[in-house]
This record gives sequence, C-alpha cells and structure tokens, in this order.
Amino acid sequence: MSNVWESVEPRVYESQIKVPYAWQAGETASRFLLTLKNEKKFLGKKCPKCAKVLMPPRKVCPYCFVETGDWVDVSDEGVIETFTVARRDTGIMPLKPPFVYAVIRLDGADTGLVHLLGEIEPGAVRAGMRVKAVFAEERTGKILDVEHFKPV
Amino acid sequence: MARRAAIVATGQTHHRSIRRDVNGQEIINEAVTRCLEDGELTIDDIDAVVIGNMDHFEGINYVDCWSVDGSGGFMKPTMKLTTGGTTGSTLAIAGYHMVASGAFDKVLVIGWEKNSESDTTGAINTAFDPIWDRPFFAGAIAGLAVTAQSYMDMYGATPKDAARVSVRDRRHACLNPHAHLRKEVTIEEVLASPMLADPVCLLDMCPRTDGACAVVYAAEGIAEKLCPQPAWVLGVASRHMYSYVSDADFSGGALFSMARASQELYRKVGIKEPLKEIDVIELYQPFSWAGLIWIEDMGLAKKGEGPRLVWDGVTDLGGALPINPSGGVISTNCIGATALIRSAEIALQIQGKAGDRQVPDVNLGVATGFGGCLWTDTLAYGKKKPE
Amino acid sequence: MERAAIVGIGQTKAAGRFKEFNYPELVYPAVVAALEDAGITIDDIDNVITTSNDFWDGRTIASMATGDVSGCWDRNISCVEGDGAFGAFYGMCRCLSGHYGTTLVTAYSKGSESISAYITNAAFDPIYVRSLGLDMVSACALQARRYMDRHNISEEQCAVVSSKNHRNALGNPNAHLHLDLSVEDVMGSRMICDPLKLYDCSPVSDGAVAVVIANEDRARKIGGKPAWIKGVSFCMDNYLLGDRDLAEYSALEKAAKKAYAAAGISDPRKEIDVAEVYDAFSYQELMWTEGLGLCEQGGGGKLAESGATGKTGDIPVNPSGGLLASHPVIAAGLIRIAEAVRQIRGEAGDMQVDKDVRTALAHGVNGVAGQSHCVWILGKE
Repeated sequence: MSNVWESVEPRVYESQIKVPYAWQAGETASRFLLTLKNEKKFLGKKCPKCAKVLMPPRKVCPYCFVETGDWVDVSDEGVIETFTVARRDTGIMPLKPPFVYAVIRLDGADTGLVHLLGEIEPGAVRAGMRVKAVFAEERTGKILDVEHFKPV
Repeated sequence: MARRAAIVATGQTHHRSIRRDVNGQEIINEAVTRCLEDGELTIDDIDAVVIGNMDHFEGINYVDCWSVDGSGGFMKPTMKLTTGGTTGSTLAIAGYHMVASGAFDKVLVIGWEKNSESDTTGAINTAFDPIWDRPFFAGAIAGLAVTAQSYMDMYGATPKDAARVSVRDRRHACLNPHAHLRKEVTIEEVLASPMLADPVCLLDMCPRTDGACAVVYAAEGIAEKLCPQPAWVLGVASRHMYSYVSDADFSGGALFSMARASQELYRKVGIKEPLKEIDVIELYQPFSWAGLIWIEDMGLAKKGEGPRLVWDGVTDLGGALPINPSGGVISTNCIGATALIRSAEIALQIQGKAGDRQVPDVNLGVATGFGGCLWTDTLAYGKKKPE
Repeated sequence: MERAAIVGIGQTKAAGRFKEFNYPELVYPAVVAALEDAGITIDDIDNVITTSNDFWDGRTIASMATGDVSGCWDRNISCVEGDGAFGAFYGMCRCLSGHYGTTLVTAYSKGSESISAYITNAAFDPIYVRSLGLDMVSACALQARRYMDRHNISEEQCAVVSSKNHRNALGNPNAHLHLDLSVEDVMGSRMICDPLKLYDCSPVSDGAVAVVIANEDRARKIGGKPAWIKGVSFCMDNYLLGDRDLAEYSALEKAAKKAYAAAGISDPRKEIDVAEVYDAFSYQELMWTEGLGLCEQGGGGKLAESGATGKTGDIPVNPSGGLLASHPVIAAGLIRIAEAVRQIRGEAGDMQVDKDVRTALAHGVNGVAGQSHCVWILGKE
C-alpha cells in the first residue's frame, strides 16, 4: 500500500474550526460567579429532595431531577478528594506544567469542585489534605477568580 | 417482536432569538419538564433518553454526557444522535425504533439548540468538505438559493409565489404561542426585504432560535394507558444520500431525497393520494421556496404546479391540506429541535391539543426533516393504531 | 425481544497516521471487508448507522462525509454521535423494529488529524470547568488516583495490565502498537499526569471498523458463523467530575446487570469466556473488570496480578491488546465487538484464547472518565 507514494506526493489540507462562542451562564451560575467575584464567597444550592448541597450550584439537581431550592454558604476551605500532577503541556493549560489539578470537597458541600492547587510542591500533595481558596486580585466573574487552592 | 409505538407527550420551550436567563442544560430541562407534565409522567417513568443538536453551534463535545444535568438521563441509557438539520427527525425516528424494537417501553427524545451562543453560519460552513466544497460553496443559504433559481428557470415561478408561502407561515405563527417570530407580513414586505442570495430575501428565510423540544414515545399497550389519544407512528423513512453538495442534481430545484423518502413513506403507510389522504403537514421548510418545490416532490402537485396549490389556499389553515399550522421553520428554527418540533406539532394536531392552530379532524399527519447535504426524513402519524 | 446476530465484521489496521486515505476513504475498506466477511453485497444491506464525532473530525455533521463510503446512497441511514458500541445498539434496534433485516454499522477516527487535548477539553462544562484546561488524560488521572487510593491499587498492578495488553497485541495484525513491554518498561516510562505514565495511556490511532447486524431470519439465510446478541445495555452517570465518586462505576454496574439479565448470566466470572473492555488507560481495565462483576470491588488489581485475565487465564481480558495498543476514538467500542465476534467464531488467530468461547463480552464508553458505558454479551448460540 505504501508504494502509492512513488507516483504521488501526499497533500495535507490544514484548517481549524474557528467559531466564536458566548455561553449564557444562566441565573444560577451567574449568581454564583458574581458572589465569587464581589464577595469572595462560595455559594452552593441545596436540593429539596436529597438535601445535597451542590457545589458548583445547579438549577436542577443532577441526582433527583428537581429544581434546587435554597442558596447555602459554603466554606472556602475543604479537603482534596483526588489530584493529579499535569506534566505535559497540552497548549490549553492555564499554568505551565508541572502543576496540580484537584477535586476539592469544600466544607458544607456534598459535591466536589475541580480546580488548581498552588503554593505547594506537587510531590507533597496527598488526598485528604485541607486546602483554602486563594482569590485573584483582579476578578471578572469566572471560575478562575479563584486563582488556586493552597494548603491550610 | 416488533411492536407499534406512539407519541404520548410533547413539550416545547417558548422559542426566542436569545435566552439569556438559562444555560444550555437549563433550556433542555425546560422542554423536558414541560413534556413530562404534558404526559403526567415523572422522570422515573422514562427508560432511555435520546438527545441531539449540532456540536459546533454550542461548542460542546459529548453533549449526551454534558446534558445529563438537564435531560434527566442520570443512571439511564442515554445516547446522542446528530445529522445536521435533520437531527430532530433523526431523533424522532430513533425514539420510534428503540420502542418498536422492544428495547425500551418509553423513550424521551430531546432536540435543542442555543443558536445565540455562536456564529451559526460560521459553524455550518464547517459542515462542507474542507477540500472540495468549503472554500466556495458552503453555508445554508447559497445552496438553497441555487435550487430556487433553477426552479424559476424551469417552471417560470416568481419570487411573489414564494412570498405567498412566507405570508402563510408567518400568519400561522401568530396562532402559536411557542413560535419565535409572531408577526404577519404582506407579500410586498417579503419582496422588499433585503436580498440574501438571489432570489431569496430575508423574509423568505428561517431565523435562528434558542429553544428545545422533548417528546416521549411509548409502546402499544402502554401508550393507550398513558394518554387518551396517542399519536401512532404509521411509518418513517429517510434519505441521507449525498456526501458532497456538488453531487446533488439542482436542475429544476427538485429535492430528490424528498421524493424518495416520500415514496417510501407512502408505500409503508399505504397512502395512494397524498393530497386527499393527508390531513396536515409540518414541513421542514427552511425557506419559502421549499414550500413550492418540495410539495411537488411530495406528490401533492405536479411539477411546476406547487404555486397554484399555494395561491388557491389549499395549504392555508382552513384549506384542504394545511401546511405548517405552527408557523413552521420560517418562524422558529432552533436547529437541533426544529425537525423534532415538526413531529411534536403533528402529535398535538392528532391529539386535538393544538389550540388556535388546530386543524379539524386530523387522522393522518406528516412531519418532515431537511438538512445535511440536501437530505430528507419523513414521518407519518395517525389517530388510529396501524394494522 | 426477537433475536439478532452479528454476521459480518471488517476492520482496517490501526495506525498512527494513515496517509493513503482521507478520513472518509478510511471507512471504505472496513465496509468492504465486513460485507465480504458476511458473504453479502451492499445490495443486501437494508439500512446504515454511521457513528462519528464532529469534534474529532473537525467538521459539523461529520456523518455527511462518510455516507458515500458506508453505502448510504438511497438507503435509510442515521448517525449516532459517540462510541461505536452505542451506534451498534441503535443498529440492532433497527433490525428488531420490523423495518429492516440488516444494518451496516460503521465507526472510524483519524485522531492523527487533530490534537486530542483540544478536542477532549471541549467535553468539559464551559462555565465551571473548561478554562482550567483539563483534557481526557488529566481527568482520568484524577479518577485513577481516587480509585487507587480507595482500594490500595499499586502502579505496578496497573503496569501489569499494560504489559499484558501490549504483549497480546503482538498477536493482533490490526494493532497500532506492537510493543513487547515488561512491567518494568511500563513503570519506567515517562510520567504524564500522576499516576498515569506514558504506557498507562492508550495512543491516539487512525482506524475504521464495520459490522453487519441481522435479525434472526436474515442471519439464518446469510449463514456462516453468526455471533448472537444475547444481551446489551447502556447507562449514563453524572457529568461534573465532582458530582461523581470517581472511584465508583455505578453506571457500568447497572448496564452490566441488565445485559447479564437479558443473557441469563448469573455468575459472570464463570459464564463469560472472554472480555474485550474499554481500557483507554491501564487502571480502567482494573476498574471495569470490577464494575463488570468479574471480581469483587477493589479486586481488579489482584485479579490482573493473578494472571486470570491473561490469554491463558480463566477470564481473559483484551486478548486483542485492547485500546492500550490501538485507540481509534469512536471506533474503539465497535472494535471490541468485532474482536469478541472473532473469539466466538474461533477465528482470532494468535489472539484466540485458550478455551472454547461460548460467551464473549464487549464494552464501549462515552464521555470523560467512564461516564457512560455500553455492555454487549455475544454468544455462539
């Protein structure tokens, strides 16, 4: 099969999909992100059926398929459930590798938040460690208004 | 053992050009919740979820996985299908087959799109072959304008004929509380609207819409218990035949896939005289000209005689065979949902729940889907369970 | 439900980069092979299901491209977006709904034509997660850590899987990688995302696969060695990684339970003769063997260490080499089905397991870190 290249040179057509997106966060996520920005506070939402506090908050409980109810204050401290040290630069990362991703269960929440860890040697990270949010100086109402979580 | 299946519940969002108050998962949830309410069902009654949209319109990969927060697919079989403009009818056909096969008793089918969140034409352009078609012949409008041009040349139809279709659908839309554009227009206004691609003007063309639609298909034996008047699936057919736009035959503007899918549908259902036997059609008509040409391909009129049928008022609400009592695609186009709305609207007509847009005594309704590379899906629904 | 069977399979070789074919063309040889394998022509195909993914293909309505080469002209067709095992499920439904006797199902990927991190990053929630830059590898690393911590699974136990599957692939002419890797080789490979090392991760491959499914009537007429579909089910877990306990596999358990019930299987470890599971990462084979009930919860590592999942073990897993040796995304699950069919027919050549295969399992996955699973049970009768 490879001998086809004796008579023809392979051509490669290069392109990329360039479509601008503007995702509406909706009322629930908007309130969460604005509170993060303005008050440096995490808000969860409680499901009236299973009583789980969802963090990040959702309009509809993913477990019960009912509209969530009350807003609940969630701590800016929590526990690392799991983590990984990203070592290969994929070109879409917010930090230069090596750095640490973690799923963090904030105190008062029943679900985990995926985020970044900082101010710690990657090799020293363990599941179960307590961490606290470090907020960015300049906040724009996005999830990266939390710069990272650091060990308590 | 193959078995019969029917639509037992439908739900739609109120379609708008932009829904700032909800994110994608939430707009999906709105349609699902309304659908379950319509059928007096809960999510626990649902055995499987089938969902679809067009990936690059929202830029979300693995939508079946992402949408679980809104779809109710948590711990259920959930699958995504997508075929471009026909996505909604593809989903409807999948919901039907999955029930008819005996795999599931009740399948929730969801089509959705938040077109406001991206550049629709920019995304559609990427549908066309990057080497052959994309550089010069891409986007939905140009390809459709070519068919209109060819139809005019061959049969002497005029932009005024097409405008009459637009006037009809936009008038119907005023009767549909879910429709996105609800404003009557005159023929003069259509003709005077900005030219997009000769001979297609702005008011000949569909909008882009944020919206979602959900439908539940249920098996015989269950459908009758769930709802007083199920909309029975009588037959389905699809023709997704071309891979390259340039393979299509544009002469006379005819939509070959529509002719083939209609012929197959009529054969399966036993329809011999479609104009007489069909009571209502929800035609996936992305621009007014399709309302002239494609009804010929469906066998409702001879070649070149589509305009006369339309001018005679046969296809108006109150006519012998109303087309698009909902206002159609020209009034509402949330792309992944668009072709599913056609089936949902036919179900409402059969159930007698279509409100001000109700056609009297609907025994047989046909829904269609259009998309991809000039592809067509057709679905027939009836009041009576098929033999 | 009526019965259906897989009556034809066809595959291209998997490769790092196929230059001879553009991506639609890659599907054609797989279709031709599947038809030839079934001993039928395209005229015997009543309808077609293609599976594709617009992101991987870099093309909206990716199914448009592969219509021609899947024989879609003037046929009823549809397109499932996701893993081929799910596409095959719908293909089976269309054989049982009274409309069609045969379905051709195709799946393909040319992963070489894009960058997987960009594509899988688009699977994350755009509002809460995507800007963190996660991709399939980093997300699965989070799952691996969680699972390994929970059950004291060692990196060596994961390496056993990788070594086994890579060595199995030496007997698979269609495999992308033919590497004779020892556990030490895997352990010594470069760390990508702790605890995942290079050889814990599957490659990105080009490749295509096609199968023909037939209802009972047509399967009998076609003859040959049909692999009967005894049970198939799929199930979806929650989306956000933090909504799931990543060490658990409830959706897989539920799908397996339903597939086993349909197939009349009560003791999967004893009744399943061979399994082709979706080992996108070495730890996943351990997790999925647990989720499939081939060992107890947390027992995946010990099961692999014991040699039971080896080609001569009592429950061989991935004798083909699995995804670790060839991973054309989207096609991977359908390839598992094709490999299971080969085992049932006794035509797997050097991959053939060391026992009479009456019942085989194939497994496909959609989404990130095993969010959605599809389980197939195929049998000789």
